[in-house]
Amino acid sequence: MANYSTNEFKAGLKIMLDGEPCNIMENEYVKPGKGQAFNRVRIRKLISGKVLEKTFRSGESVEGADVMDTELAYLYTDGEFYHFMNNETFEQIAADEKAVGDNVKWLVENDVCTITLWNGSPITVTPPNFVELEITETDPGLKGDTAGTGGKPATLSTGAVVRVPLFVQTGEVIKVDTRSGEYASRAQK
Amino acid sequence: MQWQPTTSHQQRLARADLLHQIRDFFYTRQVLEVDTPLLSRGTVTDVHLAAFATRFNHDSSGQPQDLYLQTSPEFAMKRLLCAGSGPIYQICKAFRHEGAGRWHNPEFTMLEWYRTGFDHVQLMHEVDALLQHTLDTEPGEYISYQQAMIRWAGLDPLACHKPALLEALTTHHIDIDEPDSLTVDGLLQLVFSLVVEPQIGQQVPCFVHGFPASQAALARLNSQDPRTADRFEVYYRGAELANGFYELSAPREQRQRFIQDNALRLTAGYPEMPIDEHFLAALEAGLPDCAGVALGIDRLLMLKTGASCITEVLNFGIDRA
Repeated sequence: MANYSTNEFKAGLKIMLDGEPCNIMENEYVKPGKGQAFNRVRIRKLISGKVLEKTFRSGESVEGADVMDTELAYLYTDGEFYHFMNNETFEQIAADEKAVGDNVKWLVENDVCTITLWNGSPITVTPPNFVELEITETDPGLKGDTAGTGGKPATLSTGAVVRVPLFVQTGEVIKVDTRSGEYASRAQK
Repeated sequence: MQWQPTTSHQQRLARADLLHQIRDFFYTRQVLEVDTPLLSRGTVTDVHLAAFATRFNHDSSGQPQDLYLQTSPEFAMKRLLCAGSGPIYQICKAFRHEGAGRWHNPEFTMLEWYRTGFDHVQLMHEVDALLQHTLDTEPGEYISYQQAMIRWAGLDPLACHKPALLEALTTHHIDIDEPDSLTVDGLLQLVFSLVVEPQIGQQVPCFVHGFPASQAALARLNSQDPRTADRFEVYYRGAELANGFYELSAPREQRQRFIQDNALRLTAGYPEMPIDEHFLAALEAGLPDCAGVALGIDRLLMLKTGASCITEVLNFGIDRA
């Protein structure tokens, strides 16, 4: 993998740090008029998810990380691995529990997810922004509560628990925003 | 091709207005506008200032000459002062062979002025007046470099050694590889930039004076406390806006500093730079007692218009140059 000098730093660039692939979130060039130049960088470690700030001497080089995003449809889990398929080439890839992490609760069969690959292996799985899931359990609420005030917890088919308005009932399919974990609406029939 | 300017027409109007305000300010104060060449045979020796170089193939000596684009008009303007110009100012392009960023473009517009008979304290007050005139700021606050470092970084810059500086990096969560290989001044600059700067000049412009003698540049050392130099910097809302000196006028000391700089450059692995002999010859003839300051006009314009990146105030930043 190529090396990048600090001159090439920008948001979205993938570099290696402490043996872990990272994404540069922000890069600021710091150069006092009469002083040494530095690059102040905000970085997300792509495996641990940790965000940290790091300072580089300007002109320094760092190793690039071979990281790419690919869009794959979720197929099934065999209990150990989560299997995804490229809908065009039908090529399949298996991601482990670590890569899927908490997002396991948003995996819906046939939904197209973003799989981040490092050296060809999945390191993170990002579900679509919105998924549709069936409510398997929620307290019966009062009918006619359309304002959505208050709300109640509902357990979905994947085990995820979200707050839903009182008028939504067990057996209904709802749309959830996976970024916030919040109820968005009832699913379109 | 992205050929379009990155400015809005509103921005271009604001620049024209600002330049008018500045010229008005100096006209009223009877400071003379001057013009000096951008190209020079000699250049700066500062370890952390890099000049663009070009080759002149038509020199009257018959030999090709290296010419340097100025990093500021300082040497040429001081030659005018030595020739008896009296108080002068200049608005010009300056060039620094370094990276671009939110506050940086390798080619930028500089306002530089010199006041004969002023020391750095009087000049700080004049910079303050200019900021009030152009940015409508409240009067600035004044703090010494030492006080600022003690207050915000818990570090006395005049009485600390490397271990204390390295510890300060840890305390302030500054994560850099091999910090030990940085010089004391490099560490001080890092702590000042990342810890002190974000804290100062948020409400009103902040004038920081009395930089360590090792960062004197072209300022004279303070007559009371020679551990410090009569150098100041102005910070306002995240921008390092201006740098000024009570000017060193002793030719021998000036030459010594250039030689010292070049030695430091060699240690750091940078090439030695040709000393500006025209400038030193002028100092021999005598520089009147004066203070001078350079101020970044693009940054001033950013602050005036609330721009978040310098390319918003430059028609064509380096990427579109």
